[in-house]
Amino acid sequence: MKAEPLTLWLDERLSLSSLAQLARKKEIPLHRHSIWYYFGGMTLFLFGVQVGTGILLLLYYRPSAEAAFESVQFIVTEVQFGWLIRSVHSWSANLMIATLFIHMFSVYFMRAYRQPREITWLTGVLLLLLAVGFGFSGYLLPWNKLAFFATKVGTEIAGVVPLVGRPILRFLRGGDDVTGATLTRFFGFHVAVLPSVTTAIVVTHLILVQMHGMSVPASLEGKPLKRMKFFPSFFLRDLIGWVLAIGALAALAAIFPWELGEKADAFAPAPAGIRPEWYFLFMFQTLKIIPAKVLSFDGEVLGILAFGAGGLLWFILPLLDNPATPRRRLLFTITGVVVVVYIAVLTIIGFVS
Amino acid sequence: MKVTNVPSNWRSLVRVFALVPAIALLLLVNVSAQKKNSCVECHSQMEGTLAEPVQRSKGDVHDSRGLSCVDCHRGDATSDDIALAMDRRKGFIGKPKPSDIPGLCGRCHSDAAFMKTFNPSLRVDQEREYSTSVHGKLLKSGEQKVATCVSCHGEHGIRAINDPQSKVYALNVAETCAACHAKSDYMKGFKIPNDQYGKYKTSVHARALYDKQDLSAPTCNDCHGNHGAAPPGLASVANVCGQCHVRQAGLFQSSPHKTVFGLMQVGECVQCHSNHGIQPPNDELLGIGEKSACTQCHSEGDNGHAAAKRMRERIDEISTSISRANEILDRAERAGMEVSKPRFDLNDAKDALTQSRVLIHTFSPAEIDKVIDSGVDVSNKSYEAGGAALNELSFRRKGLAGSLFFILLLAVLIYLKIRELEARQERLQNQG
Repeated sequence: MKAEPLTLWLDERLSLSSLAQLARKKEIPLHRHSIWYYFGGMTLFLFGVQVGTGILLLLYYRPSAEAAFESVQFIVTEVQFGWLIRSVHSWSANLMIATLFIHMFSVYFMRAYRQPREITWLTGVLLLLLAVGFGFSGYLLPWNKLAFFATKVGTEIAGVVPLVGRPILRFLRGGDDVTGATLTRFFGFHVAVLPSVTTAIVVTHLILVQMHGMSVPASLEGKPLKRMKFFPSFFLRDLIGWVLAIGALAALAAIFPWELGEKADAFAPAPAGIRPEWYFLFMFQTLKIIPAKVLSFDGEVLGILAFGAGGLLWFILPLLDNPATPRRRLLFTITGVVVVVYIAVLTIIGFVS
Repeated sequence: MKVTNVPSNWRSLVRVFALVPAIALLLLVNVSAQKKNSCVECHSQMEGTLAEPVQRSKGDVHDSRGLSCVDCHRGDATSDDIALAMDRRKGFIGKPKPSDIPGLCGRCHSDAAFMKTFNPSLRVDQEREYSTSVHGKLLKSGEQKVATCVSCHGEHGIRAINDPQSKVYALNVAETCAACHAKSDYMKGFKIPNDQYGKYKTSVHARALYDKQDLSAPTCNDCHGNHGAAPPGLASVANVCGQCHVRQAGLFQSSPHKTVFGLMQVGECVQCHSNHGIQPPNDELLGIGEKSACTQCHSEGDNGHAAAKRMRERIDEISTSISRANEILDRAERAGMEVSKPRFDLNDAKDALTQSRVLIHTFSPAEIDKVIDSGVDVSNKSYEAGGAALNELSFRRKGLAGSLFFILLLAVLIYLKIRELEARQERLQNQG
């Protein structure tokens, strides 16, 4: 079959020309904040890296308390380029969370969540939750000592939530303690539940972005702006970023291979300096700072409830910022700065303490 | 009224009531007899040494089992009259002479039937063992300055041996023995040294006992015996040390040194390791160096000298190969390489080193060669694995440099493509 008839054949069935038309029409507004548009694409690219490397790791990984650590050890020592795939998977996961945070705060400060993009924001916040869910579940999978105890502490914190805490803890752990049952279900969450839900929400998120086009910061709205074609100009710039990201991941993997540590041992004493992944650190540090008792309430419970309430407000942000008055805009900007500074400071304290 | 008219059940009741005062009187007498202890009553009101027996007997193992002053000292504790209570005609002993003490304690402690009523597993041969000890023999010869039961266990306030307050609790034994043996004045005339305690405190055994609180570590009585305390004879030293160091003692017993040491009249283990101030052994003890124990007897040209040299060389060889493997694995690990498997394998080489240090007691180079050969082989493999990890690291860095070149080249090419496309677009717009 010649190339042209094949394109025609596919076009008749898949309406490729209308998709191409859509891509040709898509434009990116150019202004001094356009740089932030790249971070959504970068996050999506890193998610793709996670899927690719994750599938390769699955070829050798064995999800049981008896074999998990040894299988990862086998991957990084015996499998050809296994070390590279495993390190890239770990580094890319962290970079993805970082670019996701940057993307989210850029959307926040540019107020890109406002009408008609409220649902895009909501799906975005859901994707953030799913990403940290990926991080939390994936952290345990090598079944090393640090991950074992960090998961123990992490699930214990979840267990403190009034009423639903205990059932959540038991559901996450698959029993009262972190055991092989926890590993098996975390593996299930990590490679089946979270990917399928994430794919569905990512697709929704992307369709909504295409539907509404790129948002322009409120201050520039209505002003004449230069525009760039998405294809090929913006896409090729995106591509440069992705190629450089591959270079950065390769460099990180080769120079700072992700440590495997020691195999988890439930009977061993907890190692000193247990701390969660960096993106949980600000919450972990907050819970350490809060006094054990605030008035007559348990400090830890109050902290967790406060984070829960904060997360909920963050989720329904587009509904709160409506109608947008100048005073409210100022309040939201200040709140955003406070949140960013708070997260940064507490994360730094968590690292140095 | 005729007695016969009284109903029979009434008669029984009368009889019962008639018995009540009699039973009460008996109980009263019994209770007062149990409670009455004129020794305690008087001595508790006294001062100084005369009050001590009462004060110290609180918590005493005998007191807690219902035994009292009269069970050892005799006399009559029911009498308030001092002359009657301490009447020597009634068997009162007062303060027993040292020569009487073993027999006094042995009256109960050598009686298997009696001791069984307290604890069926208690030994009852202490008195007999004591008579075989240096202490016992000296006592029998009329020496009064020797240890008897009370010297070690105390007179009043005697505690069970597993009670940390007991003078013979594992952690207190050396101090108890030192109370006499470390006193030069007291030991004058006995013609034995009095530096044992000082030396023992510096020993590996004392460190295990006091620093690590390892109660299984040996103290005086573990080597000398307790009731039968005596210095082990030259030929039985290996049996003493072998109680714990079983393998070393076994190897020594079947080694040529066993016979030779016997002929030379030198102590077995102590000849190389010393006795009270025994230090952790190190490889310096072996070989032909300055600190070597072998050169005490062997000199250049004899077979023992050659064997000592050879064994030391082999021990050094395996130690060096382990250090070399450890060092390269450390370097690989610091660089982020995963080397836990060769590090785990290296434990086999460390085991071989430990085994070969034990096999020294065969004094046969051929015996330790077998173990060392396999250990060196393992540590060489770990070393190679460390080297391979470092080579892999170097390969990764070179590979990274190459990959980064192509990645950056690709990024530049895309950038040039963008410029070309946009220049073309601009030209088209200008033309348009």
